[in-house]
Amino acid sequence: MTRTVPAPRTTSDASSPHPALADVGRDERSLRRFLHGLPGVDQVGLERRAATLATRSIKKESKLQAIDMAVSMIDLTTLEGADTPGKVASLCAQARRPDPDYPEVPSVAAVCVYPDLARVAAERLAGSGVNIAAVATAFPAGRSSREVKLADTALAVENGATEIDMVIDRGAFLTGRYGEVYEEIVAVKEACGSAHLKVILETGELAGYDDVRRASWLALLAGADVIKTSTGKISPAATLPVVQVMLLAVRDWHRVTGELRGVKAAGGIRATKDAIRHLVAVNEVAGPEWLDPDLFRFGASSLLNDLLRQRRAQLEGHYSGSEYIGSA
Amino acid sequence: MVDWTYAPAPESAAIANLQPTYRPFVDGKFVDGGGEPLKTVNPATEEVLAEVGTASSADVDTAVAAARRAFETTWGPMPGAERAKYIYRIARIVAERARELAVLESLDNGKPIRESRDVDVPTASAHLFHHAGWADKLEYAGLGPAPKPLGVVGSVIPWNFPLLMAAWKVAPALACGNTIVLKPAETTPLTALVLAEIAAEAELPPGVLNVLPGAGDVGAAIVRNTGLNKVAFTGSTDVGKEIQRTLAGTGRRLTLELGGKAANIVYDDAPLDQAVEGVVDGIFFNQGHVCCAGSRLLVQESIADEFTELLHRRIETLRVGDPLDKNTDVGAINSRAQLDRIVDLAAAGDEEGAQRWTSSCPLPERGLFFPPTVFSGVEQTMRVAREEIFGPVLSVLTFRTPEEAVAKANNTPYGLSAGIWTDKGSKALWTAQRVRAGVVWTNTFNRFDPTSPFGGYRESGFGREGGRIGLEAYLDA
Repeated sequence: MTRTVPAPRTTSDASSPHPALADVGRDERSLRRFLHGLPGVDQVGLERRAATLATRSIKKESKLQAIDMAVSMIDLTTLEGADTPGKVASLCAQARRPDPDYPEVPSVAAVCVYPDLARVAAERLAGSGVNIAAVATAFPAGRSSREVKLADTALAVENGATEIDMVIDRGAFLTGRYGEVYEEIVAVKEACGSAHLKVILETGELAGYDDVRRASWLALLAGADVIKTSTGKISPAATLPVVQVMLLAVRDWHRVTGELRGVKAAGGIRATKDAIRHLVAVNEVAGPEWLDPDLFRFGASSLLNDLLRQRRAQLEGHYSGSEYIGSA
Repeated sequence: MVDWTYAPAPESAAIANLQPTYRPFVDGKFVDGGGEPLKTVNPATEEVLAEVGTASSADVDTAVAAARRAFETTWGPMPGAERAKYIYRIARIVAERARELAVLESLDNGKPIRESRDVDVPTASAHLFHHAGWADKLEYAGLGPAPKPLGVVGSVIPWNFPLLMAAWKVAPALACGNTIVLKPAETTPLTALVLAEIAAEAELPPGVLNVLPGAGDVGAAIVRNTGLNKVAFTGSTDVGKEIQRTLAGTGRRLTLELGGKAANIVYDDAPLDQAVEGVVDGIFFNQGHVCCAGSRLLVQESIADEFTELLHRRIETLRVGDPLDKNTDVGAINSRAQLDRIVDLAAAGDEEGAQRWTSSCPLPERGLFFPPTVFSGVEQTMRVAREEIFGPVLSVLTFRTPEEAVAKANNTPYGLSAGIWTDKGSKALWTAQRVRAGVVWTNTFNRFDPTSPFGGYRESGFGREGGRIGLEAYLDA
């Protein structure tokens, strides 16, 4: 059975922020006041909690369930200069049916490619329920003009992308020009049309956990459907403490507005063990509502194969070599 | 929403290498005690774990005499560098047998395996390693040019951290050249007896460490034994006072580490999510069976509602149950008597008008369990704000100004520990200088390290354990 992953639910309309936060995005000054008024994040306590969550022991049927959940949350990604239609096609085949020997394995949430290859993905994935995600806005650096970024977004949407992964302007963020970052996200959101917007904070380039919290809120205020850790091009990428801060942000957003927004952990998650630790964090920090491909994603390329190997090991009682699993 | 239930992940009880019977350890040998044997139970099931021989008062005399002999003939005269080798060896074996000790501790005490594995046992071995390093450097401890051991130490320890408390007494006593007679708690004697076995395995000379299980009468017999040079006690304030009366005027040295009713002060500029973590850890760690537990939350009124909401939400995720399950956060209450006391004090909270909130987590059908509980609307006059509950029960009070926070924090006869949560360093220091507590944690709680002295003020006792200053309690300097 192929699990159909529904498109992320519509959670917001950037042009009309929630009444509780209506004035925050009004101008640079009020944005700054709001973001700097958020409670601080204590590094020691945050990392201690992450370390404790990582000690959870997920075994037997709960592990099998976690593996299937993780598969259904993957944005199967290829973002190389050497990407070709052939490479994308093979990725799409694995995305639809990750393990043909075990057809009950769900399909992944999306395939994530550069904008020019989105059309290939769209053709290959038609009718599968797998979403087509495209990175845009001069990914990964985001160093270009607003026009180029919007054109990049438009190209991706035109080519059939149903999800857009944009990067924030870290230069503007780090120099405190929050208004610029905000406006850019709002503009990209508009260019997305009905496509869903994931906003990449590139946390490895931000100045610590307080910045991650501020960037998360900034993106949520500007209308991000999902906040995403990293491009995958910078290390460190998705770490448990960083993901925890972002999960706290969407939890707090929900407390204030009643809206459910998502988190995508991207980059550096290669092993089943790491994926399960993230799912534990989702379950216990944000809450079980977020254990849903609409609301939590993994951006990964090699994770899927490790999940499939571990899945087989659970069922067959022994590990099989990677050559027994078809790999895109 | 997905219903993702974590499958049970129990640690195997067989790892504890549980024996049907245990006996007192005197003069390097396990011997039949003259006291009535006691049965130690697993609080998670109320099943008997083992039968444990106890000491009679004659056994106490024998043990003290053996300790005296060892002090005068082998351990006292031995150079520090040689003593260190034995203590290092014990520390290493504790670390090597960590898994066995952790499972045994969880069986006997009821604490979650995650805590015995990640806190109790590693901290115990760290304490031994730390003090082994001091054994040949005592003259550089800043306590005088030629500090001398005191002689024979008598020590009575509680049931909340059985192995760790044993290590806290044994490590400094031995490092400083003393010998020791140790009585573990009546309900948790097993790991201290395995520690004795480890000492024998390390070929510690006979008589240096003696372990005498038993109830309060054995403790009383040790404490009033005239052959001792020092008594070190960790336990309740009532018993501590009695010991102090017994020892008054005898010239025997005494250190007491007693109860507490610690305040966790949360200012409105605190890192809220981590403060929630710290408050939860402060009161629910080890089921709240912690003398330094942060049992009084003092939260600034401007954030009280939001903080309480976040706190309840977090407490809901605590997993209460089988102590041997690796995913258990809160284990079993150590004894029926302690559970009754917690139930009584919680009822007093209801009667006095505090609002009780209880986690909706399921509790096991059998065994001694109490759900994580929070009383809000607590006032300084109420029993739940004044008496040590020693269980998973948090009292929430509010304050308006830093001065009021300090006044409320100090409005208790205890003074063991306190927590301060603020992102503003100057405010943390200002508060720490005014809170009368032996240990003050800032933006963290319940952190223990052998290099850091631990101990209280006023009715929480006197003397320090750990660190350079902790050596003073075991030296004539």
